[in-house]
Amino acid sequence: MKLEIKNVSYRYTSKGRQILKDFSLSMENTERVGLTAPSGYGKTTLCQLLSGYLKPNQGEILLDGRPLDSYQGYCPVQMVWQQPEFAVNPRLPLGEAIKEGDEIEERVIRGLGIEPDWFGRFPTELSGGELQRFSLARALGKRTRFLIADEISTMLDLITQSQIWHFLVEEVEKRQIGLIAVSHNPELIDRVCTRKIDLRLLDEKNR
Amino acid sequence: MRKLNRRQRVLLGLGFSAAFLIVVCIWGSLGTEAARATDFSRKNIPPCLQYPFGTDWLGRDMLVRTVKGLSISILIGITAAAVSAVIALLLGIASATMGKAVDSVISFVIDLIMGVPHILLLILISVAMGKGLKGVIVGVAVTHWPSLARLIRAEVLQLKEMPYIKIAGKLGKSRWYIAVKHMLPHLLPQFIVGLVLLFPHAILHESSITFLGFGLSTEQPAIGIVLSEAMKYLVTGKWWLALFPGLFLVVTVVLFYVMGQSLRKLLDPGSVHQ
Repeated sequence: MKLEIKNVSYRYTSKGRQILKDFSLSMENTERVGLTAPSGYGKTTLCQLLSGYLKPNQGEILLDGRPLDSYQGYCPVQMVWQQPEFAVNPRLPLGEAIKEGDEIEERVIRGLGIEPDWFGRFPTELSGGELQRFSLARALGKRTRFLIADEISTMLDLITQSQIWHFLVEEVEKRQIGLIAVSHNPELIDRVCTRKIDLRLLDEKNR
Repeated sequence: MRKLNRRQRVLLGLGFSAAFLIVVCIWGSLGTEAARATDFSRKNIPPCLQYPFGTDWLGRDMLVRTVKGLSISILIGITAAAVSAVIALLLGIASATMGKAVDSVISFVIDLIMGVPHILLLILISVAMGKGLKGVIVGVAVTHWPSLARLIRAEVLQLKEMPYIKIAGKLGKSRWYIAVKHMLPHLLPQFIVGLVLLFPHAILHESSITFLGFGLSTEQPAIGIVLSEAMKYLVTGKWWLALFPGLFLVVTVVLFYVMGQSLRKLLDPGSVHQ
Protein backbone atom coordinates (compact mmCIF):
# COMPACT_ATOMS: atom_id res chain seq x y z
CA MET A 1 0.00 0.00 0.00
CA LYS A 2 1.24 3.44 -0.93
CA LEU A 3 0.58 6.84 0.65
CA GLU A 4 1.23 9.64 -1.82
CA ILE A 5 1.07 13.38 -1.57
CA LYS A 6 1.23 15.03 -4.99
CA ASN A 7 2.11 18.68 -5.65
CA VAL A 8 0.30 19.88 -2.56
CA SER A 9 0.18 23.54 -1.64
CA TYR A 10 -1.31 24.80 1.56
CA ARG A 11 -1.95 28.03 3.42
CA TYR A 12 -4.27 28.51 6.37
CA THR A 13 -5.94 31.72 5.19
CA SER A 14 -6.19 32.95 1.61
CA LYS A 15 -3.67 35.73 2.27
CA GLY A 16 -1.64 33.78 4.83
CA ARG A 17 1.89 32.46 4.56
CA GLN A 18 2.49 29.70 2.03
CA ILE A 19 3.29 26.81 4.35
CA LEU A 20 3.70 24.06 1.77
CA LYS A 21 4.35 24.72 -1.89
CA ASP A 22 4.20 22.07 -4.58
CA PHE A 23 5.15 19.42 -2.07
CA SER A 24 5.35 15.78 -3.11
CA LEU A 25 6.17 12.64 -1.16
CA SER A 26 5.48 8.99 -1.61
CA MET A 27 5.93 6.17 0.88
CA GLU A 28 5.23 2.47 1.23
CA ASN A 29 3.62 0.85 4.25
CA THR A 30 6.90 -0.95 4.94
CA GLU A 31 8.81 2.30 5.33
CA ARG A 32 9.48 4.43 8.37
CA VAL A 33 9.96 8.06 7.34
CA GLY A 34 11.43 10.67 9.65
CA LEU A 35 10.51 14.33 9.25
CA THR A 36 12.71 17.06 10.68
CA ALA A 37 12.70 20.82 10.45
CA PRO A 38 12.78 23.74 12.86
CA SER A 39 9.53 25.16 14.22
CA GLY A 40 7.26 26.80 11.69
CA TYR A 41 8.26 24.75 8.65
CA GLY A 42 4.90 23.02 8.46
CA LYS A 43 5.60 19.63 10.02
CA THR A 44 2.30 19.51 11.88
CA THR A 45 0.45 20.96 8.90
CA LEU A 46 1.88 18.21 6.71
CA CYS A 47 0.84 15.58 9.27
CA GLN A 48 -2.70 16.94 9.39
CA LEU A 49 -2.90 17.01 5.59
CA LEU A 50 -1.66 13.41 5.35
CA SER A 51 -4.19 12.16 7.86
CA GLY A 52 -7.10 14.07 6.35
CA TYR A 53 -7.68 16.68 9.08
CA LEU A 54 -6.90 19.43 6.58
CA LYS A 55 -7.74 19.65 2.88
CA PRO A 56 -4.98 20.86 0.54
CA ASN A 57 -5.54 24.07 -1.45
CA GLN A 58 -3.95 22.42 -4.49
CA GLY A 59 -2.73 18.95 -5.32
CA GLU A 60 -3.99 15.64 -4.01
CA ILE A 61 -3.35 13.06 -1.34
CA LEU A 62 -3.74 9.45 -2.45
CA LEU A 63 -3.90 6.26 -0.45
CA ASP A 64 -3.51 3.13 -2.58
CA GLY A 65 -4.21 5.28 -5.65
CA ARG A 66 -7.51 6.55 -4.26
CA PRO A 67 -8.07 10.06 -2.85
CA LEU A 68 -7.82 9.94 0.95
CA ASP A 69 -11.13 11.74 1.53
CA SER A 70 -13.00 9.06 -0.46
CA TYR A 71 -12.41 6.62 2.43
CA GLN A 72 -15.61 6.54 4.48
CA GLY A 73 -15.68 5.64 8.17
CA TYR A 74 -12.43 4.55 9.79
CA CYS A 75 -9.50 6.40 8.25
CA PRO A 76 -6.57 4.02 7.53
CA VAL A 77 -4.14 6.90 8.15
CA GLN A 78 -4.19 7.71 11.84
CA MET A 79 -2.37 10.60 13.45
CA VAL A 80 -1.20 10.92 17.04
CA TRP A 81 -1.33 14.54 18.16
CA GLN A 82 1.41 16.49 19.80
CA GLN A 83 -0.62 17.50 22.88
CA PRO A 84 -2.19 14.42 24.49
CA GLU A 85 -4.24 16.59 26.89
CA PHE A 86 -6.47 17.77 24.04
CA ALA A 87 -6.64 14.41 22.32
CA VAL A 88 -8.88 12.82 24.96
CA ASN A 89 -12.25 14.05 26.20
CA PRO A 90 -11.72 15.43 29.74
CA ARG A 91 -15.20 14.29 30.76
CA LEU A 92 -14.85 10.62 29.84
CA PRO A 93 -12.81 7.96 31.60
CA LEU A 94 -9.88 6.71 29.54
CA GLY A 95 -11.41 3.27 29.00
CA GLU A 96 -13.86 5.03 26.68
CA ALA A 97 -11.00 6.50 24.65
CA ILE A 98 -9.54 3.04 24.05
CA LYS A 99 -12.95 1.66 23.09
CA GLU A 100 -13.16 4.31 20.37
CA GLY A 101 -10.23 2.73 18.58
CA ASP A 102 -10.63 -0.18 16.19
CA GLU A 103 -10.50 -3.34 18.36
CA ILE A 104 -7.31 -2.48 20.19
CA GLU A 105 -5.41 -5.63 21.11
CA GLU A 106 -4.38 -6.43 24.68
CA ARG A 107 -0.80 -6.81 23.42
CA VAL A 108 -0.69 -3.16 22.28
CA ILE A 109 -2.03 -1.91 25.61
CA ARG A 110 0.51 -3.95 27.55
CA GLY A 111 3.33 -3.06 25.17
CA LEU A 112 2.77 0.64 25.73
CA GLY A 113 2.87 0.16 29.50
CA ILE A 114 -0.73 1.11 30.23
CA GLU A 115 -1.71 -0.04 33.73
CA PRO A 116 -5.14 -1.71 34.12
CA ASP A 117 -6.32 0.75 36.79
CA TRP A 118 -5.81 3.74 34.47
CA PHE A 119 -8.90 2.77 32.49
CA GLY A 120 -11.33 4.02 35.11
CA ARG A 121 -9.52 7.33 35.58
CA PHE A 122 -10.24 10.70 34.02
CA PRO A 123 -7.63 12.50 31.87
CA THR A 124 -6.90 15.10 34.58
CA GLU A 125 -5.79 12.26 36.86
CA LEU A 126 -2.97 11.11 34.57
CA SER A 127 0.20 12.79 33.36
CA GLY A 128 0.84 13.89 29.80
CA GLY A 129 3.10 10.93 29.13
CA GLU A 130 0.51 8.49 30.42
CA LEU A 131 -2.19 10.11 28.27
CA GLN A 132 0.07 9.91 25.22
CA ARG A 133 0.19 6.11 25.56
CA PHE A 134 -3.59 6.07 25.36
CA SER A 135 -3.55 8.21 22.21
CA LEU A 136 -0.99 5.85 20.70
CA ALA A 137 -2.90 2.71 21.62
CA ARG A 138 -6.13 4.19 20.24
CA ALA A 139 -4.45 4.98 16.91
CA LEU A 140 -3.09 1.42 16.56
CA GLY A 141 -6.43 -0.11 15.62
CA LYS A 142 -6.90 -3.13 13.39
CA ARG A 143 -7.52 -1.15 10.20
CA THR A 144 -4.68 1.34 10.63
CA ARG A 145 -2.29 1.16 7.65
CA PHE A 146 -0.25 4.31 8.28
CA LEU A 147 0.62 5.91 11.59
CA ILE A 148 1.66 9.53 11.81
CA ALA A 149 3.46 10.39 15.02
CA ASP A 150 3.74 14.14 15.50
CA GLU A 151 6.36 14.67 18.22
CA ILE A 152 4.81 12.02 20.39
CA SER A 153 7.69 11.62 22.79
CA THR A 154 8.58 15.21 23.61
CA MET A 155 6.89 15.06 27.01
CA LEU A 156 8.40 11.71 28.07
CA ASP A 157 11.51 10.93 30.04
CA LEU A 158 14.32 9.13 28.19
CA ILE A 159 13.65 5.63 29.52
CA THR A 160 9.95 5.82 28.66
CA GLN A 161 10.81 7.30 25.25
CA SER A 162 13.05 4.36 24.46
CA GLN A 163 10.45 1.83 25.68
CA ILE A 164 7.70 3.36 23.58
CA TRP A 165 9.76 3.74 20.42
CA HIS A 166 11.10 0.24 20.82
CA PHE A 167 7.59 -1.17 21.01
CA LEU A 168 6.33 1.08 18.20
CA VAL A 169 9.06 0.06 15.74
CA GLU A 170 8.49 -3.61 16.50
CA GLU A 171 4.73 -3.24 16.16
CA VAL A 172 4.71 -1.34 12.84
CA GLU A 173 7.25 -3.76 11.41
CA LYS A 174 5.19 -6.80 12.40
CA ARG A 175 1.90 -5.40 11.13
CA GLN A 176 3.41 -3.62 8.13
CA ILE A 177 2.14 -0.21 9.15
CA GLY A 178 3.86 2.73 7.51
CA LEU A 179 5.24 5.19 10.05
CA ILE A 180 5.90 8.89 9.72
CA ALA A 181 7.78 10.20 12.73
CA VAL A 182 8.24 13.89 13.40
CA SER A 183 10.90 14.91 15.86
CA HIS A 184 13.42 17.60 16.68
CA ASN A 185 15.82 14.95 17.79
CA PRO A 186 18.09 13.81 14.91
CA GLU A 187 19.48 10.80 16.82
CA LEU A 188 15.99 9.49 17.40
CA ILE A 189 15.12 9.83 13.71
CA ASP A 190 18.38 8.04 12.77
CA ARG A 191 17.58 5.13 15.08
CA VAL A 192 13.90 4.73 14.26
CA CYS A 193 13.52 5.59 10.60
CA THR A 194 14.53 4.01 7.30
CA ARG A 195 14.34 7.30 5.41
CA LYS A 196 14.87 10.90 6.45
CA ILE A 197 13.30 14.06 5.04
CA ASP A 198 14.30 17.56 6.03
CA LEU A 199 11.62 20.11 5.15
CA ARG A 200 14.28 22.82 5.18
CA LEU A 201 16.15 21.33 2.23
CA LEU A 202 12.95 20.90 0.24
CA ASP A 203 12.07 24.46 0.97
CA GLU A 204 15.38 25.70 -0.39
CA LYS A 205 14.97 23.62 -3.51
CA ASN A 206 11.64 25.30 -4.17
CA ARG A 207 13.13 28.77 -4.05
CA MET B 1 -19.93 19.74 65.14
CA ARG B 2 -17.68 18.67 62.34
CA LYS B 3 -17.01 21.33 59.76
CA LEU B 4 -18.70 20.60 56.44
CA ASN B 5 -16.64 20.62 53.28
CA ARG B 6 -17.68 22.57 50.22
CA ARG B 7 -19.46 19.74 48.50
CA GLN B 8 -21.51 18.97 51.61
CA ARG B 9 -22.46 22.63 52.02
CA VAL B 10 -23.54 22.77 48.39
CA LEU B 11 -25.61 19.60 48.80
CA LEU B 12 -27.22 21.05 51.92
CA GLY B 13 -28.17 24.25 50.08
CA LEU B 14 -29.49 22.28 47.14
CA GLY B 15 -31.56 19.97 49.36
CA PHE B 16 -33.00 22.83 51.39
CA SER B 17 -34.03 24.88 48.33
CA ALA B 18 -35.54 21.87 46.57
CA ALA B 19 -37.46 20.86 49.71
CA PHE B 20 -38.83 24.38 50.22
CA LEU B 21 -39.99 24.67 46.63
CA ILE B 22 -41.62 21.23 46.62
CA VAL B 23 -43.45 21.91 49.90
CA VAL B 24 -44.74 25.22 48.55
CA CYS B 25 -45.92 23.55 45.34
CA ILE B 26 -47.77 20.71 47.08
CA TRP B 27 -49.26 22.88 49.83
CA GLY B 28 -50.34 25.47 47.26
CA SER B 29 -52.06 23.00 44.97
CA LEU B 30 -53.98 21.48 47.92
CA GLY B 31 -55.15 24.84 49.30
CA THR B 32 -57.03 26.23 46.28
CA GLU B 33 -60.36 26.61 48.09
CA ALA B 34 -58.85 27.89 51.33
CA ALA B 35 -57.10 30.66 49.39
CA ARG B 36 -60.44 31.94 48.10
CA ALA B 37 -62.52 31.42 51.27
CA THR B 38 -63.73 34.74 52.73
CA ASP B 39 -64.79 35.19 56.36
CA PHE B 40 -65.83 38.67 57.49
CA SER B 41 -65.62 37.76 61.16
CA ARG B 42 -61.82 37.70 60.88
CA LYS B 43 -61.02 40.51 58.44
CA ASN B 44 -58.00 42.80 58.72
CA ILE B 45 -56.22 40.89 61.50
CA PRO B 46 -52.51 41.81 61.77
CA PRO B 47 -50.03 38.92 61.97
CA CYS B 48 -50.67 36.79 65.04
CA LEU B 49 -50.12 33.18 66.08
CA GLN B 50 -53.27 31.87 64.41
CA TYR B 51 -52.70 33.86 61.20
CA PRO B 52 -48.93 34.34 60.93
CA PHE B 53 -49.29 36.48 57.78
CA GLY B 54 -52.53 38.20 58.93
CA THR B 55 -55.79 38.37 56.97
CA ASP B 56 -57.01 40.81 54.32
CA TRP B 57 -60.09 43.07 53.98
CA LEU B 58 -62.24 40.08 52.95
CA GLY B 59 -61.01 37.91 55.82
CA ARG B 60 -58.85 35.66 53.64
CA ASP B 61 -55.86 33.99 55.26
CA MET B 62 -52.77 35.66 53.76
CA LEU B 63 -50.49 32.69 54.52
CA VAL B 64 -52.62 30.37 52.39
CA ARG B 65 -52.90 33.01 49.67
CA THR B 66 -49.17 33.60 49.63
CA VAL B 67 -48.38 29.90 49.33
CA LYS B 68 -51.03 29.39 46.65
CA GLY B 69 -49.72 32.41 44.76
CA LEU B 70 -46.16 31.15 44.92
CA SER B 71 -47.13 27.67 43.77
CA ILE B 72 -48.88 29.12 40.69
CA SER B 73 -45.81 31.22 40.02
CA ILE B 74 -43.46 28.24 40.41
CA LEU B 75 -45.51 26.07 38.05
CA ILE B 76 -45.56 28.84 35.45
CA GLY B 77 -41.84 29.32 35.99
CA ILE B 78 -41.03 25.64 35.52
CA THR B 79 -43.14 25.25 32.38
CA ALA B 80 -41.93 28.45 30.80
CA ALA B 81 -38.29 27.80 31.66
CA ALA B 82 -38.41 24.22 30.37
CA VAL B 83 -39.96 25.24 27.05
CA SER B 84 -37.51 28.10 26.77
CA ALA B 85 -34.51 25.91 27.52
CA VAL B 86 -35.52 23.29 24.95
CA ILE B 87 -35.90 26.01 22.30
CA ALA B 88 -32.47 27.29 23.29
CA LEU B 89 -30.87 23.84 23.04
CA LEU B 90 -32.33 23.06 19.61
CA LEU B 91 -31.59 26.47 18.10
CA GLY B 92 -28.15 26.66 19.70
CA ILE B 93 -27.10 23.31 18.23
CA ALA B 94 -28.73 24.03 14.86
CA SER B 95 -26.94 27.36 14.72
CA ALA B 96 -23.55 25.81 15.35
CA THR B 97 -23.87 22.75 13.10
CA MET B 98 -26.11 23.60 10.15
CA GLY B 99 -23.95 26.03 8.26
CA LYS B 100 -23.45 29.74 7.77
CA ALA B 101 -26.94 30.70 6.50
CA VAL B 102 -28.79 29.06 9.40
CA ASP B 103 -26.28 30.49 11.83
CA SER B 104 -26.70 34.08 10.67
CA VAL B 105 -30.51 33.84 10.71
CA ILE B 106 -30.59 32.43 14.24
CA SER B 107 -27.97 34.89 15.48
CA PHE B 108 -30.01 37.73 14.02
CA VAL B 109 -33.16 36.54 15.81
CA ILE B 110 -31.20 36.23 19.07
CA ASP B 111 -29.92 39.80 18.75
CA LEU B 112 -33.38 41.03 17.82
CA ILE B 113 -35.09 39.51 20.85
CA MET B 114 -32.29 40.51 23.21
CA GLY B 115 -32.48 44.07 21.89
CA VAL B 116 -36.14 44.57 22.81
CA PRO B 117 -36.99 44.91 26.52
CA HIS B 118 -38.51 41.63 27.73
CA ILE B 119 -41.40 43.26 29.54
CA LEU B 120 -42.60 44.92 26.33
CA LEU B 121 -42.59 41.64 24.38
CA LEU B 122 -44.20 39.86 27.32
CA ILE B 123 -47.09 42.33 27.50
CA LEU B 124 -47.63 42.19 23.73
CA ILE B 125 -47.59 38.38 23.55
CA SER B 126 -49.64 37.94 26.69
CA VAL B 127 -52.35 40.33 25.46
CA ALA B 128 -52.31 38.82 21.97
CA MET B 129 -52.78 35.32 23.43
CA GLY B 130 -55.79 36.55 25.45
CA LYS B 131 -54.03 37.06 28.79
CA GLY B 132 -54.43 34.19 31.25
CA LEU B 133 -52.08 31.34 32.08
CA LYS B 134 -51.36 30.37 28.47
CA GLY B 135 -50.42 33.90 27.46
CA VAL B 136 -47.96 34.27 30.32
CA ILE B 137 -46.29 30.90 29.75
CA VAL B 138 -45.93 31.43 25.99
CA GLY B 139 -44.75 34.98 26.58
CA VAL B 140 -42.03 33.98 29.02
CA ALA B 141 -40.98 30.92 26.97
CA VAL B 142 -40.64 32.87 23.73
CA THR B 143 -38.63 35.73 25.23
CA HIS B 144 -36.16 33.93 27.46
CA TRP B 145 -34.31 31.47 25.24
CA PRO B 146 -31.82 33.76 23.43
CA SER B 147 -29.13 34.08 26.08
CA LEU B 148 -29.00 30.32 26.70
CA ALA B 149 -29.11 29.59 22.95
CA ARG B 150 -26.14 31.90 22.42
CA LEU B 151 -24.23 30.14 25.18
CA ILE B 152 -24.90 26.68 23.72
CA ARG B 153 -24.01 27.83 20.19
CA ALA B 154 -20.67 29.18 21.39
CA GLU B 155 -20.00 25.98 23.32
CA VAL B 156 -20.73 23.71 20.33
CA LEU B 157 -18.60 25.87 18.01
CA GLN B 158 -15.70 25.55 20.42
CA LEU B 159 -16.19 21.80 20.90
CA LYS B 160 -16.20 21.17 17.15
CA GLU B 161 -12.59 22.37 17.00
CA MET B 162 -11.34 20.17 19.83
CA PRO B 163 -8.83 17.53 18.69
CA TYR B 164 -10.64 14.66 20.43
CA ILE B 165 -13.84 15.45 18.49
CA LYS B 166 -11.89 15.48 15.21
CA ILE B 167 -10.07 12.28 16.16
CA ALA B 168 -13.38 10.53 16.91
CA GLY B 169 -14.48 11.50 13.39
CA LYS B 170 -11.33 9.98 11.86
CA LEU B 171 -11.87 6.85 13.92
CA GLY B 172 -15.07 6.43 11.95
CA LYS B 173 -17.52 7.50 14.63
CA SER B 174 -20.88 8.83 13.43
CA ARG B 175 -22.12 12.38 13.99
CA TRP B 176 -24.75 10.98 16.36
CA TYR B 177 -22.11 9.14 18.44
CA ILE B 178 -19.98 12.28 18.67
CA ALA B 179 -22.97 14.44 19.63
CA VAL B 180 -24.19 12.08 22.35
CA LYS B 181 -20.90 10.77 23.68
CA HIS B 182 -18.62 13.79 23.37
CA MET B 183 -20.73 16.92 23.14
CA LEU B 184 -23.64 16.19 25.48
CA PRO B 185 -21.53 15.70 28.63
CA HIS B 186 -20.09 19.19 28.02
CA LEU B 187 -23.42 20.81 27.25
CA LEU B 188 -25.49 19.20 29.99
CA PRO B 189 -24.15 21.18 32.97
CA GLN B 190 -24.53 24.46 31.07
CA PHE B 191 -28.00 23.42 29.99
CA ILE B 192 -29.27 22.36 33.42
CA VAL B 193 -27.82 25.38 35.17
CA GLY B 194 -29.23 27.66 32.47
CA LEU B 195 -32.60 25.99 32.87
CA VAL B 196 -32.67 26.44 36.63
CA LEU B 197 -31.47 30.04 36.40
CA LEU B 198 -34.33 30.76 33.98
CA PHE B 199 -36.91 29.99 36.71
CA PRO B 200 -36.39 33.15 38.78
CA HIS B 201 -36.62 35.28 35.61
CA ALA B 202 -39.83 33.56 34.61
CA ILE B 203 -41.36 33.97 38.06
CA LEU B 204 -40.44 37.63 38.37
CA HIS B 205 -41.74 38.43 34.91
CA GLU B 206 -44.95 36.51 35.54
CA SER B 207 -45.64 38.44 38.75
CA SER B 208 -44.66 41.78 37.24
CA ILE B 209 -46.99 41.52 34.23
CA THR B 210 -49.75 40.18 36.46
CA PHE B 211 -49.12 43.13 38.78
CA LEU B 212 -49.39 45.50 35.82
CA GLY B 213 -52.71 43.89 34.87
CA PHE B 214 -51.71 42.10 31.66
CA GLY B 215 -51.26 38.64 33.08
CA LEU B 216 -53.47 36.26 35.02
CA SER B 217 -57.09 37.09 35.83
CA THR B 218 -58.03 38.30 39.32
CA GLU B 219 -59.79 35.17 40.53
CA GLN B 220 -56.48 33.25 40.46
CA PRO B 221 -54.56 34.23 43.58
CA ALA B 222 -51.20 34.51 41.79
CA ILE B 223 -48.54 36.41 43.68
CA GLY B 224 -48.77 39.37 41.29
CA ILE B 225 -52.54 39.66 41.91
CA VAL B 226 -52.08 39.43 45.68
CA LEU B 227 -49.48 42.19 45.55
CA SER B 228 -51.41 44.54 43.27
CA GLU B 229 -54.56 44.17 45.39
CA ALA B 230 -52.53 44.84 48.51
CA MET B 231 -51.27 48.14 47.07
CA LYS B 232 -54.72 49.72 47.55
CA TYR B 233 -54.72 48.89 51.26
CA LEU B 234 -51.10 49.70 51.98
CA VAL B 235 -51.83 53.40 52.63
CA THR B 236 -54.38 52.47 55.31
CA GLY B 237 -51.60 50.91 57.36
CA LYS B 238 -52.10 47.22 56.52
CA TRP B 239 -48.42 46.60 55.86
CA TRP B 240 -48.61 42.83 56.22
CA LEU B 241 -50.69 42.44 53.05
CA ALA B 242 -47.73 43.32 50.82
CA LEU B 243 -44.75 42.55 53.04
CA PHE B 244 -45.10 38.78 53.42
CA PRO B 245 -46.11 37.88 49.85
CA GLY B 246 -43.37 40.20 48.54
CA LEU B 247 -40.79 38.80 50.93
CA PHE B 248 -41.64 35.22 50.01
CA LEU B 249 -41.49 35.99 46.31
CA VAL B 250 -37.94 37.25 46.86
CA VAL B 251 -37.09 34.19 49.00
CA THR B 252 -38.37 31.82 46.30
CA VAL B 253 -36.35 33.57 43.61
CA VAL B 254 -33.23 33.51 45.78
CA LEU B 255 -33.69 29.79 46.50
CA PHE B 256 -33.98 28.99 42.81
CA TYR B 257 -30.79 30.93 42.29
CA VAL B 258 -29.06 29.02 45.10
CA MET B 259 -30.26 25.79 43.49
CA GLY B 260 -28.83 26.81 40.12
CA GLN B 261 -25.49 27.79 41.59
CA SER B 262 -25.29 24.59 43.67
CA LEU B 263 -26.00 22.49 40.60
CA ARG B 264 -23.29 24.33 38.71
CA LYS B 265 -20.79 23.59 41.45
CA LEU B 266 -21.76 19.92 41.57
CA LEU B 267 -21.87 19.29 37.81
CA ASP B 268 -18.89 21.38 36.84
CA PRO B 269 -16.34 21.20 39.65
CA GLY B 270 -13.84 23.13 37.52
CA SER B 271 -15.91 26.30 37.95
CA VAL B 272 -14.39 26.68 41.43
CA HIS B 273 -11.26 28.06 39.83
CA GLN B 274 -13.07 30.71 37.82
